[in-house]
Amino acid sequence: MKPAAETPMQRDRAVTIYEKSKPGRRAAVLPEAGVPERPLGELIPPKLLREEPPRLPEVAEPEIVRHYNRLSRRNFDLDTGFYPLGSCTMKHNPRLNERVAALPGHARLHPAQDPRRAQGALELMWLLQQSLAEICGLPQVSLQPSAGSHGELAGLLLTRAYHADRGEQRTKVLAPDTAHGTNPASVAMAGYEVVKVATNERGGVEMDDLRAKVSDEVACLMLTNPNTLGLFDENIAEIASLIHAAGGTLYYDGANLNAVIGHSRPGDMGFDIVHVNLHKSFSQPHGGGGPGAGPIAVSERIEPFLPRPQVVKREGANGSGPFYDLDHDRPKSIGRLRGFQGNFGVFVRSYAYILSLGADGLAEASETAVLNANYLKARLADGRAGKRLPVAFDRHCMHEFVLSGKPMKRELGLATLDLAKRLLDFGFHPPTIYFPLLVEEALMIEPTETETKESLDAFADAVEEILAEAERDPEVAKQAPYTTPVRRLDEVKAARRPVVRQPL
Amino acid sequence: MPDASYPEELLYHAEHDWARIEGEQATLGITWYAQDSLGEVVFYDPPEVGAAIVKDSAYAEIESVKAASEVIAPLSGETIEVNEALADAPERINEDPYGEGWLVKVKLDDPAEAEALLAAVDYRKLLEGD
Repeated sequence: MKPAAETPMQRDRAVTIYEKSKPGRRAAVLPEAGVPERPLGELIPPKLLREEPPRLPEVAEPEIVRHYNRLSRRNFDLDTGFYPLGSCTMKHNPRLNERVAALPGHARLHPAQDPRRAQGALELMWLLQQSLAEICGLPQVSLQPSAGSHGELAGLLLTRAYHADRGEQRTKVLAPDTAHGTNPASVAMAGYEVVKVATNERGGVEMDDLRAKVSDEVACLMLTNPNTLGLFDENIAEIASLIHAAGGTLYYDGANLNAVIGHSRPGDMGFDIVHVNLHKSFSQPHGGGGPGAGPIAVSERIEPFLPRPQVVKREGANGSGPFYDLDHDRPKSIGRLRGFQGNFGVFVRSYAYILSLGADGLAEASETAVLNANYLKARLADGRAGKRLPVAFDRHCMHEFVLSGKPMKRELGLATLDLAKRLLDFGFHPPTIYFPLLVEEALMIEPTETETKESLDAFADAVEEILAEAERDPEVAKQAPYTTPVRRLDEVKAARRPVVRQPL
Repeated sequence: MPDASYPEELLYHAEHDWARIEGEQATLGITWYAQDSLGEVVFYDPPEVGAAIVKDSAYAEIESVKAASEVIAPLSGETIEVNEALADAPERINEDPYGEGWLVKVKLDDPAEAEALLAAVDYRKLLEGD
C-alpha cells in the first residue's frame, strides 16, 4: 500500500499561538486614558510589580481567529460524527442547556459573591442536589468533586473518615479486575492498598473470590454496575450484604449510570457512596478538556463527613421564608475538595437537562441507550464482524458491550489498534480499545441514546468493510489513518519522552 | 519484531513468563506472547536487588502503550540482579524477550518448584487452547 498524498491539513504543521507571535503585533489598541496617568509604582506596591512584562503572544485579531478556528478543525468531536467511546457516554449536548447556562445571571456570577446575593444560584445547586439524591436513591449530595476520579477520591476519604470515627483503621479496598483504571489509582492516592477481585464466566464479580477477600481489614468495595463489560451484576444484593456484614462501605462508580437512570438506584442496591459524572450521564459537554463535575451522593451514615461547605436550605427567621446558604458548620467534615463551589455552568446545564427530560424522559433515555447498544451488538454479531470480532461475554448488554479482536489479529494479522485507526478514515471516532484489560484486543462500544439507527448501521457497515478490505490486503488498515490531520503517532516516544513544556 | 518462538530449553508459567534455570539460580522474563499482547513496552519497573519474590505473585511492572501490567513470578527466590539496561531501552523486551530482554536473576528458594512449570510444548498448547 502506497501512502496517500498528504492532505493540506497534514502539510500544515500545527503551531502554538506563541510560535505565531511577532513583536509589536496587537489585537486591540486601547484608547487614551480619560484621566491623568499615574506611574504604576504609585498604585501598586513595588514588591508586587514585575520587572519585565509577561511573555504573552503578540498576534493580530484575524490571525488569532484563524489560529483557533484551525485548531478546532483538527479535532474530532461529537458535533462532527459518531463517537462510541465506551464508558464515556458521549451523548449529544442539547443546545437549550447552552442558552440557559449563558444567561447573564448564571454566566457572570462571581464565585466570591455573598451567598445572600446568590440565592438563585444556590437554589439551583440545592435543587440539583435533590434531583441527584432522588436518582441515586440516597439522601445527601455534595456537588464539590469536579470529576469522576475526584468523586472516587472523595468517596475513599469519606470511607476513611467513617471508619476512623468508629475507631477503626482499615487498610484494603477491593475492586474487580474490570474496574476503571481510576479506581485503583484513587485507592492508592487515598493511601489504601487495592485488592483485585476476579470476574466470573458471566462477566460479574466472582463470588468465591470476593468471599475469600472480604475481611475486617477491608474498608470499601468499589463497583461499577453495570460494569465496564456493559453487564449488570446480578449478585449485587449478595455482594452488598457481604460487604456490609464485614463492616465495609460500598462505592458505586457512576461512570455507567446512563444505563439505569429511572430504572434502578444505587442506594436501593445497598451502595453507600455514588459518584455521578454530570459530563457523561447528564449531557455536559466533555472531552478535549471541557469542565466536568463528579458530585457524590451518600447514605445517612456517611453524611456527617461530607465536604464543606454544603449547600443547604434554611428556614428564615420571623416568617421571612426559606433561604439558601453555605453550611460551614460541619465538625466531622473531610474539609474542602476544591476552591469555591464547583463548575457552576456544569450544574446549570445538567439541571436544565434533568428538567427538560423529566423523570419519564430520563428513564426513556436509559432505555434507548440500552436498546441502541443491543441493536449495534446484534448488527456486529453478523457477517465478518461476528466471526472476527466476537462479543466477550455473550449476554444481553446494558448501555455498552465489549468485543474481542483476538480472532481478527490471529487470522488477518490486524490488531484492534489497526481497526480503530482505520475507522477514523470512515469518519467515526473509534471505540475505547484495549480496555477492560481482561478481554484480549478489546473494543468497548457505547453508542448512547442520541444516535439514530442510520448512524449505528453506518458504523456496523464500516466495520464490515474494513474487515473485508483486510481479507484482501491487511496493510491498508495497518498504515491507517490516511485522512486525519496527523497520521500514526509515535506513542512510544510520547510515553517515554513526552514534551510537556513550551519554550517561550 | 521477531516471529513467535518458545525456546525448548526454557520452562514456562501460565501467566506468560519464562524461567531459565542454572543450578540454584534462574533468569526470568516474559514470553513472546506476553510482549506481543502488551505491545510496545515503554517502561519497566524492576524489584530491588535483595527483594524476595514469590511464585505466582507480582514482582515487577511493565508499562506498554496499551496498559500497565504486573509481571507474575514463575518461581520464588531472592533477586540477585536486575536488567539495568532496560531502564534506557525497555524496547528490548519486545525485540529479544528471551535474550537481552530478560528481567531479573534470582537465587531460588526451592528448585523443586520448577516441577510445576510447563515445557515449551505444553505452553504452546495452552496458548492454542486459549
